[in-house]
Amino acid sequence: MRIPCPHCGERPVDEFGYLGDATPRRPAADADIEAWHDYVYVRDNPRGPHHEYWHHAGGCRAWLVVHRDTATHEIFDVVTAAEWRERNP
Amino acid sequence: MSGQAWRAAGGGLIDRVRTCAFRFDGVDYAGHPGDTLASALIANGVHLVGRSFKYHRPRGIYTCGPEEPNALVELRAGARREPNTRATVAELYDGLEARSQNRWPSLQFDVLAVNGLLSPFLPAGFYYKTFMWPAAFWEKVYEPAIRRAAGLGRASSLPDPDRYEREYLHCDVLVVGAGPAGLCAALAAARSGARVVLAEQDHRVGGALLGTSRTVDGRPAVAWAEQALADLGSCEAATVLTRTTVVGYYDHNVLAAVERVADHQPAPLAHAPRQRLWRIHAGRVVLATGAVERPLVFGDNDRPGIMMASAARTYATRYAALPGEAAVVFTNNDSAYGGLADLAAAGIDVRAVIDTRRDVSRDVSSMASMAGARCLTGSRVTRVHGRAHVAGVTVDAAGVETRIECDLVCVSGGWNPDVSLHSQTGVRPVWDASIAAFVPGKPRQREISVGAAAGRFGLDEALSAGAAAGAAAARDAGFDTPDPPAPPVAETRPAYTIEPLWRAGGRGKALVDLQNDVTADDVALSAREGFKSVEHLKRYTTLGMATDQGKLSNVNGLGLLADVLDRPIGDVGTTTFRPPVVPVAMGLLAGTHRGRHFQPTRRTPMHEWHARHGAVFVEAGQWLRPRYYPRDGEDMLAASVRETLATRQGVGLCDVSTLGKIDVQGADAGEFLDRLYCNGFRSLPAGRARYGLMLREDGLVFDDGTTSRLAEDHYFVTTTTAEASAVMAHMEFCHQALWPRLDVQMVSVTEQWASMAIAGPNSRRVLERIVEGIDLSNDAFPFLAAREITLGGRTARLFRISFSGELAFELNVSAGIGESVWQALLDAGAGFGITPYGTEALGVMRIEKGHVAGPEINGQTTAADLGLGRMMSTKKDYVGRPLAGRAGLVDPHRPALVGLRCVDASDRLYAGAHLVEPDADATAANDLGHVTSVTYSPMLKTWIALALVRGGRDRVGQRLRAVNPLRRHTADIEVVSPHFYDPGNERLHA
Repeated sequence: MRIPCPHCGERPVDEFGYLGDATPRRPAADADIEAWHDYVYVRDNPRGPHHEYWHHAGGCRAWLVVHRDTATHEIFDVVTAAEWRERNP
Repeated sequence: MSGQAWRAAGGGLIDRVRTCAFRFDGVDYAGHPGDTLASALIANGVHLVGRSFKYHRPRGIYTCGPEEPNALVELRAGARREPNTRATVAELYDGLEARSQNRWPSLQFDVLAVNGLLSPFLPAGFYYKTFMWPAAFWEKVYEPAIRRAAGLGRASSLPDPDRYEREYLHCDVLVVGAGPAGLCAALAAARSGARVVLAEQDHRVGGALLGTSRTVDGRPAVAWAEQALADLGSCEAATVLTRTTVVGYYDHNVLAAVERVADHQPAPLAHAPRQRLWRIHAGRVVLATGAVERPLVFGDNDRPGIMMASAARTYATRYAALPGEAAVVFTNNDSAYGGLADLAAAGIDVRAVIDTRRDVSRDVSSMASMAGARCLTGSRVTRVHGRAHVAGVTVDAAGVETRIECDLVCVSGGWNPDVSLHSQTGVRPVWDASIAAFVPGKPRQREISVGAAAGRFGLDEALSAGAAAGAAAARDAGFDTPDPPAPPVAETRPAYTIEPLWRAGGRGKALVDLQNDVTADDVALSAREGFKSVEHLKRYTTLGMATDQGKLSNVNGLGLLADVLDRPIGDVGTTTFRPPVVPVAMGLLAGTHRGRHFQPTRRTPMHEWHARHGAVFVEAGQWLRPRYYPRDGEDMLAASVRETLATRQGVGLCDVSTLGKIDVQGADAGEFLDRLYCNGFRSLPAGRARYGLMLREDGLVFDDGTTSRLAEDHYFVTTTTAEASAVMAHMEFCHQALWPRLDVQMVSVTEQWASMAIAGPNSRRVLERIVEGIDLSNDAFPFLAAREITLGGRTARLFRISFSGELAFELNVSAGIGESVWQALLDAGAGFGITPYGTEALGVMRIEKGHVAGPEINGQTTAADLGLGRMMSTKKDYVGRPLAGRAGLVDPHRPALVGLRCVDASDRLYAGAHLVEPDADATAANDLGHVTSVTYSPMLKTWIALALVRGGRDRVGQRLRAVNPLRRHTADIEVVSPHFYDPGNERLHA
């Protein structure tokens, strides 16, 4: 796989670390324990398009949100995690 | 050395001037450069080359390519001995040595051939059904015996003496296969200026043309191919990789290729690798991988002397090696007719074409008559005569049986486009009834199949489609090029027709998969027993497994299964295509990552000093750390006791450069660290250090370390050696993904600083001798002071922190001067008996002080479990706080940190021992916890331990039993406070 890093261009997957689903939002500090449980433990595992965190650990060290089809590995879009956070406050 | 009796007098792409001596099964032969081991054996009249996997039937060379199921040999000797090497692709070199496999005591007389007589009792799934009981027998009795009987070759047990390289390649267009289609594609693409890579598994270009006498562009095809290669050579951006097989097609047009750099030589040249693994990033891919001829399934179709029609033609033409003198051809399609003239030209008497079809076109039947062969339509081979070699066949022609004497049976059951790379991209191939074969489906990646790989078997089609695809790929990649005209083909051939026939009958075993001894009956049995999916059929019968991965057998197997199930073959489908396309040496995949090169070794700036002074090193992740510095034959215990005592009574020096170091700066740096650590850092004044504890979001402890505030907006964070990179990634995640608006930046500086701990009552006196302009008195530089200082004209950092519990300092200097500062400290401390200490003494002292480390911060413990619950702030939000409060993590019965001592001071403790009540049985139900860290304490002169015990500190004063069943050791212990030594921390503040 090759991931187009917004900073470094298209780079081989070996340079990246994987974290997983980027859609859960960190709850507020005073959210109930169920919300925190879901945030930490509950993940969907979709077959198809998926927003997920990748870390360009062997490159610019940016955390990225890669919009990827888990079945075909087609990559639709890559933004930095910071930008993703701004888009999804 | 015997002569090459079966070498045609002329012709062939071999160098007749030079001779290669080689040895097969201990007999000396000769061949020529240009030969494969298989062609050289044929030229010497050697046909029996192996015994089959299960029935030990005699086997001969069946093909001329990587799909070979029979001619698998052990190539080379000693450490370079490689099993299961296909003789059909092993290039001959002078001195080659090979042995046949799977026979005992000899190839001619093989004891286990008796399996053939027992074969009615050895159907598909026999092993699964028979060796079920008793279960314990499988591992000890059945499997070793079966493996001995059924094994393929033996791998060398010596270390591989060769090197393997990995290289990366980027191109606009990758063309796989240098046959007519691939050459035209590569030329068309390269002429546009695109970066083109042409990969060819053979050592020369031309593909199937090399095995024929066809012409292209008015020239012999071989000459045309050489000219095409020369033309490619004049294109600056074109690279031709011969002896290179593309073995894997991965996502995003990443492909893997194996270049056999030195396999055609006795051994690699000096400094050259044996093989090279290419990772190719291709903009566009043109697959011109050709097609593989398919056998016919008929009785005794595996006898030596039977081979694929195209292989016989190739041996006769390309290698001038005659696989027989009197041949019959058994076919269901037109392709074999095209080779008749070549066989005849080589001097082979082609007696008959036995065609299963009732009607054949006049064009092809005239080819038979021109070659002097009878064309028997609507006929079949019903019996193969001869056992160790074909002596003749009985043919049923329109109900009349006749025997034809022959020593060569050329078989063609049609052609399978080589769709393996295409299918690896996740596309299921599609059944094309017009050629009775699977052809590529709709591409999912930027690739196109051309020529025979696309099921277009005509030479003119290959040339024109190849050129068009190459030009289109270059255009797609942004290069402007017109379609060059394809070179004309002088001769025209009738269109290919075939009538598929999955089982051609005949007496004897009708083998579908020669490599795995799977018969047509086995396929039917599998379906009867319910294994009707192709994937089940494969696993149950082993059809399509092992080195050839069903290149010859799969489609015939699918056809048979479809017949049994009465379903269309396209619906039955194929098994999944996976890399690699051909077997790949493990050593190649490992590359240079062998032994100590498996991963990088990290050395501290003082490493050379440690090594010169006899340090025994320990691996800490990728780091090498001094474990102890033995003197005069000391063992580890003696050395660590001496180092500990020297430190506690005088002064010691320890290299702590491996600790993770992260520089955190910015207006919000304090706020950021407040959110990361469970204790506060905004409140830390500049010039001070603080022990910090970091939780994971699930509430468990992640890591610990000392963080210092060097300025209002500048913190210096340290982590454990083990978690350094994880903490760094976590920090970056928290900043970028959670709180991107915080004004903070961070960078790992682990390798920029050499860090050394100076510990012990005399540490201040030693340090005072080398630092200038700083008052190190307890008032001026108290415990947890942190300051930037100048040392030898350079900025250094001095911290008053202690892991040992002694008066101690940690000095950080630029990595480049680490060793000289280390030496300066040793010189300054010489009068105080300064003693370097390693990780063992470090561990002794931290256990004596009850400090937690990796064995306690084990991913299952909370701050409270470790006795650090009071560090958890109640005034701020931080990572892990919400879930640290859940019921399971605040349960007072959780195992918590305590100290242990033996009741009998002469007894000892072992890490990993479990704790039970004194009178309780040592069972899991009675388990109270376990011993995490153990040491002999030089100060207490007894063994002590840290443990996680249910009830924790409430048990202090209780007696328990520590049970270690692995060592058959039990000790009566007393639970004590984990602060064994100087519990009041008086020494720290001295």
